[in-house]
Amino acid sequence: MINYLANPNRFLNFIKPIEFSIGVFSFLFIFIGLYLSLFNSPEDYQQGDTVRIMYIHVPFAWFASFLYFSISIASIFFLIWKHPFADIIARSIAPLGLIFSILTILTGSLWGKPMWGTWWVWDARLTSMLILCIFYFAYIGISNAFPRKIDGSKPAAILAIVGMINLPIIKFSVDWWNTLHQPASIIRFDGPSINQEMLIPLVIMLLGFLFMSIFIILINIKTNLICKKYQSEILKLG
Amino acid sequence: MNPKSQRLIILFFFLTLLGLSTFLVLKSLEDNIVYFYSPSDINKKILSNEIDLSKRIRIGGLVKENSILKKGKKISFKIHDGIDEILVTYNGILPDLFREEQGIVALGKIENKNFSAIEILAKHDENYMPKEVSDMLKKNGKWKGK
Repeated sequence: MINYLANPNRFLNFIKPIEFSIGVFSFLFIFIGLYLSLFNSPEDYQQGDTVRIMYIHVPFAWFASFLYFSISIASIFFLIWKHPFADIIARSIAPLGLIFSILTILTGSLWGKPMWGTWWVWDARLTSMLILCIFYFAYIGISNAFPRKIDGSKPAAILAIVGMINLPIIKFSVDWWNTLHQPASIIRFDGPSINQEMLIPLVIMLLGFLFMSIFIILINIKTNLICKKYQSEILKLG
Repeated sequence: MNPKSQRLIILFFFLTLLGLSTFLVLKSLEDNIVYFYSPSDINKKILSNEIDLSKRIRIGGLVKENSILKKGKKISFKIHDGIDEILVTYNGILPDLFREEQGIVALGKIENKNFSAIEILAKHDENYMPKEVSDMLKKNGKWKGK
């Protein structure tokens, strides 16, 4: 399956019929999710209405990390199997991941000010998230630093793999060290510590973010494929 | 050996080394990475003279029940971690979430075994629930902690 889809043309043919429905799904899930989380979910017993920031903060944070993981997996494929399409995929994911990581930090500090009493602290969770954001910047910078884009692919892929080490640190920072950030509420051994009425809107938002990410990444992949084709045509003429 | 498996082995080797070195760095920097010390950490550090009392540090724990004393703007309370406790004095504005059995983090210095804080942050926990649920838990006596 992966081998079959690794060819750009077959991939484009494969996504053509499903692309539109992915877009519809992402719109529907995010619309319903936002409605539930903003208007139709209870206030928290401590946080009051501020808890509603959580419904976008958590999806931003999860997908910022998950998209980085996808970039590093694609980079491993690119480095070992030298498959150019893996490079295209990694490049197409990066801008979205960067935006998600920035929004994670912004929504987090909007929540932190009323709840903790501060916009920002240098605890392990917040700092490792900032490092993720910097890795995204570095990846995008390096992969576009050369006049021939393809020359940046290898160093960028190596950087992406190095940055993978940061992902378990983000996830487990709250367990390994004393942090101001609270420990995990959803993925934990004894089940979620979040009430069901709040968990359902969050899960719907997470699904919406999944579809939205796929939708945007597919657009980026198509754009990057066209750019690459255009560049090689120019080289042929030159 | 074909070049692909060679690259795979190099990558695997490289990732193992990277993981190991990151682990060692984080392990040795542990004292700097923790955002705050608990009262029992502090007592251990005072006993073993590991702490520079002239330096600002952060301590964190739960606000002890019936220990909050307010005199005008001056406030004092005890924080505990289930093992040890320490008296904190503070002069300033408290965060909204500040109350008994709430987790807080204070920045300041140790003076005569007490902690004089210049900043207090509330530490939120990982439990999310509507008010009705928390009221019911309290009524049924199933409330744990806060």
